[in-house]
Amino acid sequence: MELLKQTGWLLWKDLLLELRRRESIFAMFFFGTLLLFVFHFAFEIPPDKAAEMAPGLLWLAFLFTGTLGLTQLFQAERENHCLEALLLCPLDRAALFLAKVSFNLLLMLMVELVVFPLFWVLFNLTSWAILPSLILVAFLGTVGFCVLGTLFSAVTLKARARELLLPLILFPLMIPIILATIRGMEILLRTGQFDEAFSWLRLLLGFDVIFLTAGFLIFEWVIEA
Amino acid sequence: MEKTMRKGDRGRRIIGSLALCSILLGLYFGLIAAPPDAYQGEAQRIMYLHIPSILTAYLSFFIVFIGSCLFLWKREKRDDILAYSAAEIGVLFTGLTIIEGSIWGKPTWGVWWTWDARLTLTAILFLIFVGYLMLRSLIEDESRGAVCGAVLGIIGFLDIPLIHMSVYWWRTLHQSPSILRPDKLPWENVHPSMLIALSVNFVAFILFYFYLLSLRFRLGEMREEAKALKLYGGS
Repeated sequence: MELLKQTGWLLWKDLLLELRRRESIFAMFFFGTLLLFVFHFAFEIPPDKAAEMAPGLLWLAFLFTGTLGLTQLFQAERENHCLEALLLCPLDRAALFLAKVSFNLLLMLMVELVVFPLFWVLFNLTSWAILPSLILVAFLGTVGFCVLGTLFSAVTLKARARELLLPLILFPLMIPIILATIRGMEILLRTGQFDEAFSWLRLLLGFDVIFLTAGFLIFEWVIEA
Repeated sequence: MEKTMRKGDRGRRIIGSLALCSILLGLYFGLIAAPPDAYQGEAQRIMYLHIPSILTAYLSFFIVFIGSCLFLWKREKRDDILAYSAAEIGVLFTGLTIIEGSIWGKPTWGVWWTWDARLTLTAILFLIFVGYLMLRSLIEDESRGAVCGAVLGIIGFLDIPLIHMSVYWWRTLHQSPSILRPDKLPWENVHPSMLIALSVNFVAFILFYFYLLSLRFRLGEMREEAKALKLYGGS
């Protein structure tokens, strides 16, 4: 319970900071939207191919925007020795991890809230019936991205060229998420059947649980090193 | 101290010469004693290098995982040196595996590269551990680099089954394993001389691997010693 309370306070701090500065969120909005346009120009997708190609493009947009957000995730802590101050507080380190993950998740979800409808309109998708299951796949994928992304954003915190390094180590590790979300969404859009995408969904769930647990246990060492 | 060092050197030399002998023996069995494959012809002989090198690479990543866990648990410098050394050699062997595989794939499948599950998995492993090496070289603070490397070593290893599952569901074209099959015993579907060639090469690669690992480990240790000397001895 104490852990959740601490997480809540830390999350509130991050949200307040973001609300006052509005740095990451706007950059991510614009970048995500821009990417969708660029992809559309690059590929000129015919309507009958939209179901096959759209999920991949959408996830590329999410991945790039998400990485943009991740490089800024610990920016506030890096300035003025804020990280040291935070570590001096009598806080559970796991709360720090959970707060950063949920902050990152909220940020990503806000961006997806704008990009997803745009994508729906730009690619002329009409399969309203499967929208809830699409959102479920996207949500689970985003959770996985945020969990691993937060952990490695902390790992690269004090590295040289960290903005370059982060995607280099993050993307190969993210392959199960990328494949599962894209394939899952593609199956849903193509066949409209939830059952066929179910095995991908299970993989996503497994990924989220495994790395949430691993991050929960490991984060303490990373942030204190 | 000096005595144990000499002992270690002697052990390494023994492993090294054993590795050399078994490599020569493996070359003999692989190139001369074993018959060419009925379908794949001479190109199949690459398998005598390909299978041992990928198994050695897997072993290497397992050692990275063990070293990383031990380091995070006990904080002994030597565990970190072990993990770092194993990662470097693992990258080498994974790279070799991919190159050998392409050379074999061209005459057999007609392409250098295909997006088959096992190929993709190997390439992703290669990328993850190249990332590990980059991470280590880009973090200046030694102790922080060791912790961060250990985290990547553990997470990367935990990720392998998931990547494996996802790329398998994605596609499968690679020929199914012909040696470790549930329905037949190893010597029933592979010619015995081929099996001998493979086993000899496997032993050779393992010996060679441990020789390289011990060399690299010693190098890491010496780096630490040199650093300590600089730290306490001026200059």
